[in-house]
Order: sequence, then C-alpha cells, then structure tokens
Amino acid sequence: MPKLIKGAEIVNDERWKAPQPDAETVSEGVICTLAQWQALDDKAGSAVQLEPGDDVHSLLPHLQEIELIAVNFPVFTDGRGFSYARELRENGYQGELRAVGAFIRDQLHYLSRVGFDAFQLEDESQLEAAIKSLEDFSVHYQASISHPLPLFRRRS
Amino acid sequence: MYVYDDYDQRIVDQRVTQFRDQTRRYLDGQLTEEQFLPLRLQNGLYVQRLAPMMRIAVPYGLLNSAQLRKLAHITRHYDKGYAHVTTRQNFQLNWPQLEEVPDILEELANVQMHAIQTSGNCIRNTTSDEFAGVARDEIEDPRPYCEIIRQWSTFHPEFAFLPRKFKIAVCGSLEDRATIHSHDIGVELVPNEEGVIGFKVLAGGGLGRTPMIASVITEWIEKRHLLTYLEAILRVYNLHGRRDNKFKARIKILVKAMGVEAFREAVEKEWLTLKDGPSTLPEDAIEQAKSFFTDPAYETIDGSSAEAALAAQAERDPIFGNWLKRNTVEHRIPGYQAVTLSLKRTGDAPGDVSDRQLELIADLADKYSFGQARTTHQQNMVLADVRQQDLYALWQELQAAGLATANIGYLTDIIACPGGDYCSLANAKSLPVAEAIQARFDDLDYIYDLGPLELNISGCMNACGHHHIGQIGILGVDKKGEEFYQVSLGGNQYKDASLGKILGPSFKQDDMPEVIEKILSTYVDLRTEEESFLDTYKRVGITPFKERVYAKAD
Repeated sequence: MPKLIKGAEIVNDERWKAPQPDAETVSEGVICTLAQWQALDDKAGSAVQLEPGDDVHSLLPHLQEIELIAVNFPVFTDGRGFSYARELRENGYQGELRAVGAFIRDQLHYLSRVGFDAFQLEDESQLEAAIKSLEDFSVHYQASISHPLPLFRRRS
Repeated sequence: MYVYDDYDQRIVDQRVTQFRDQTRRYLDGQLTEEQFLPLRLQNGLYVQRLAPMMRIAVPYGLLNSAQLRKLAHITRHYDKGYAHVTTRQNFQLNWPQLEEVPDILEELANVQMHAIQTSGNCIRNTTSDEFAGVARDEIEDPRPYCEIIRQWSTFHPEFAFLPRKFKIAVCGSLEDRATIHSHDIGVELVPNEEGVIGFKVLAGGGLGRTPMIASVITEWIEKRHLLTYLEAILRVYNLHGRRDNKFKARIKILVKAMGVEAFREAVEKEWLTLKDGPSTLPEDAIEQAKSFFTDPAYETIDGSSAEAALAAQAERDPIFGNWLKRNTVEHRIPGYQAVTLSLKRTGDAPGDVSDRQLELIADLADKYSFGQARTTHQQNMVLADVRQQDLYALWQELQAAGLATANIGYLTDIIACPGGDYCSLANAKSLPVAEAIQARFDDLDYIYDLGPLELNISGCMNACGHHHIGQIGILGVDKKGEEFYQVSLGGNQYKDASLGKILGPSFKQDDMPEVIEKILSTYVDLRTEEESFLDTYKRVGITPFKERVYAKAD
C-alpha cells in the first residue's frame, strides 16, 4: 500500500490502488484512467488519474461527485499537471488532489500552491525529508489556490 | 527604483536557503544530475564549455550604485574580474565555482538582487526600454508594470515547468526600444479610442531557430486585467505547447500551428475564468508600483542656456562634441541628458565590463545620475539623468576608463553572444568576428557616414546575439566541424519589425571583414542622400548586395 504525504504527515493509502489501464472493468478501490472513468455510469465516489495531454475539461461537470483526482507526472519537467490542478480547484473541486509519478521533492511547494493536497513520491524513503520542502517559502507574490490573495492585495 | 520591503527580502533570503540545500544535496549525490538541472538553471546557473556560467537578474535593466559595487566585488572575489551584459539586460559571470554559487546568491540578496529565473523553462527577466522614465517619446513609464510582472512571475507555481523558456518585454514609448515583436509576449502601453491608456498584448514572437514576429492577441485591455490576461496566455501555452521536441516548444510554434485566430479564442476562453479574479490589479496596487518610479530631485534648469553652454564646449573640443552627438540622447527634463556608456571598445568583448569599470560607473552614478544606472539590451550601460553642465566632466572620466567610444547605434556597436569561446551550445565563435569587424572599421568618420547601423552576431541558431533582427546579421554555423558564418540583411527590431533575409552561402571567419566591406560599399554606392542602410535595402532588395559579395574576381 502506497505511502503519501497528506496534511504534512506520512499516511498509508488504504483506500485506492493504482490504475489498471488494460483492465476491462475497474474493480472497487482502483483508480480509473480517464477513458475508464468516462465509461462509468455512476461517477459518485469515483477516482480518476489524469495523464499529461488528457482533457481536464471533461471532468468539470462531475467535480462534486469525484472523490480523488490523481495527476501523473511521468517526467518531473512536464508541468501540465500544475495547470490541471489549478483549473480543477478554480472550478470548485473539493476532493483529494494527488500528485503521483516522477515529480521531485523540490516541486512540493509549487504543487501545494496550485492545489495538490496529497503527494505520492516514487521514492518513499524521501518522504520524511520531503515534508520540509512544503515550507520552502513563507511568503508569495501571486494568487494561488493555497493563498488566494496576491501580495499586492495584502500590501496595499 | 523599486526598493524591497520585508516580504521581498524574505523571498530572496528563503531562495538562498533553498538553493544552498539543493546544492548540498546535489554534491552529496542525493539529487541526480537530471533533477538538479532545472533547479540550478532557475537560479541562473549553466554548466558551460569551460566552467559554470551564471546569470544575475537585473530587472528591466535598472541598478543602483550599491548593487554595481557588489557586482564588482563578486566578479573580483568569485570570478575573473569582469562581467558580461546580456541581451536580456542581465549580467553574466563566466567563471564561478558551483560550490560558491549559494554564497554569491547570498551576497546578491544583501543588495536586493538575485538570479531567479534567469534561465530554464520558466518566465525570464522582464526587459524594457533603457530610457524608460526619461524618454521624450514616452506615453507612460513602463517600469511600474515591469515590476508588477516581475513579482507576479517570480516563483509563479503554475508556470515553473513550461515547455520552454518564456520572455516578456514591455514598451511604453512611440519608438520600440524593447524589441517587443521578438518576444514570447510583448506588452505595449497604448491609448484606446477614448484616449485611456491600457495594454496592447502581442504573443508568439521569438528568434532562435524559427524566427517569428509576434502577433497581436488583443489590441487593448484595461490595465487592471494585465496579470489575468498574461495568465490566460501562459496557461494555454503550458497546456498545449509542444513538449516532444525542444526545437518546436516555444509559444511561437503553438501560435503558428493553431493560427492566431484560434489561439486568441483559446486565450479569451481561458481568460473568462480568470478575469476579475484575485489577480486583477486594483488601482492602489498600480499606484503603489508607480510610487517607486517617481522623478528624482531634478533641478530647475534654464534649458536654452544649458544647451548653449554645451554647444560652446562641443565646438571647443570636437572629440567631446562628437561623443555628445553619438552617445547621449535628449531628456524630457530641460537641462538634462541621458548618456550611453559604450561597452563596445575594439579589443574588448562586446558587453564586457571590468570590476574597476563597474566601480567607476557606481561612482559616476552617485556623482552625476542620482545613484542609478541601467543596462541595455544592446549590451551597453546608461546613466539616464545627467545635467548638461556635467557632461563634459563625465565624458573625461569615461574616456579615461575606456567607456566613451563614440559608436552608439553605429556599425561597431555590435551585439554579440559569448559564442564558442564560452558557450557549449555555440557552433562558432562570435567574439573574434566582432573584434575583426571593429578593427577593420575603426575610422569613425566612415562609420558615421554609414549612418545608424545595427550589426548582430550569434554563435548558433539559438540567436542570443539577435542576428535575425540585425540590419546586418551574422550567424555562426558548423560545416563538417569547421566554423562558418552566414550573413543576413534587412532585419529590423523596431515597431515595423522584420527578420533578415539570408544573403547566400556562408563564409570563413577570415573573410568576414571583407564581406562586410562589400555589403557596406554596395550600400554607399546605391544610396540616395537621405537613405539609411535599411531604407536602401528595402528599395533595392537583396540582389545587388548578393551580386557584389559573390562576384567572381576577374
């Protein structure tokens, strides 16, 4: 069972298993690929994983029903997931937003600012040290999901 | 100029701490080469042919004398005693040690400087007009908006891992001195039909391997929408820009592939969700930014008598008169003038400035220009607020320091990248070509007779030397392991921007001065009395130049 950083703590994820892209039917407790998720009749309590290039807009009508959205970073330099997260949160998604894949601890701060609240690092031995990176900066210039007011609105 | 408050200081201080830890983890083997790469790039650190190379940000080219002295100290203590002004108005060090970079960043933070996002696939240093705030043709001072963009783009969490680098320039005057047409985003302060000043926004310009002139995305938006509009453009790019091929990853390729109409539609659609959101600029935020760029304590000077005194000095000393004519420009305040310090003396790499020169410029800034100086994208420096009565004394000091070469805007005021002498990307050297051309055309009367002329040299098609928009452009190319140079003509960096056209087959390094000579003599033979090089080129086209340059010797 994978370990996650959630709420600045390390937790075991007992609820969700990684997607099985080749499975014809999705078992209970397995995260769907976008295609599998689109085929679900009942999306209540569902979990879906976005890959770079997936159309995030197809999730928007169902944001209230989804329990978990995972965003995969197959390579840490592909920054599309940062925009997916912000768009999902801007459109009112309240459920868990989890970063998975090859992202690195030095990105945790940015990831949390665009709306991720769970982090599944590939290298679990890094989790403890990585928590510190969430707090790399205590002040920010621009508006973000974690701090909606930009500095210029707090200064003036 | 902008002065940090506790928030700004905390941000740069925390950045130093963060990068110190990242460097330590890299040296300990906890971060791989691949993982450390974007982290160090976003702190200005390249690893180049001979040593790491470090870019220090100079936001929109503005510096104070304390910062100049700190830079002088850094070049002396951590490097080889000189720095290089880049075409993004930044300073570059050629020989820092990787282990010492966190210390350099800490020194910079102590004088409100940093190296944040001077490299990497993120939003780079915003550039602007070196005569911002003093130019007579200014519609509105662009610097407050540059500062607003600087803050917004610094550690923007959504846009730190873009498909490719991203450059923004802002222009606030009638003449475009910020080359906004060759930027990923160009922002121009313009009045609408009612005379209200807002922003025209362009996107998709760029040089590099596939040079393109930017397209207008919106003719006018209200000032308060600046950041949300930029975010909409950046988001469309972040989501849809190509990531499969580094050479097709800039926004210009996306705009071209989608077509301007479709791109604009996508931006406007994205903008609907962002418009009027928290990033909308309230009037007081704009006023607060403007409050840092108010006039210094200008004296009330009788302009006409100051002008007359200056004219008399120029007549008595023609060498001074010549410098005055070429290296200074008029100022919107009577009795003042803006002075360009030429970093283009023959024998020095274009844009290089020594530790001693930096300290002297700091002293001169304190003495004559309210303690401030500027860097230019043409790789020179500027003292923007000099009293006309001080110009003669200033000139004497500049001359003694090798900073008064009277060539600003002329043939030998060459823009050049560091090229193959330093850069591992380069196909060919730039600096020896620049020097050979400067040495060949050392007769000032001849270069003045040619009129204003921009010659730009890049050592590879990444085009750091802006060769596409040089009226004469030179590009270093590799032909079976040998360095060759391709020449283009007719580039133009101003509002009617255009890209140069390739003359023909490339040349050997030794032949370059002769090739330039033939191009220039063609122009001299064909021009009418009032025509500039560009005018003649536009009228006669490339053929006469081609015929002369490639003519077989009889």
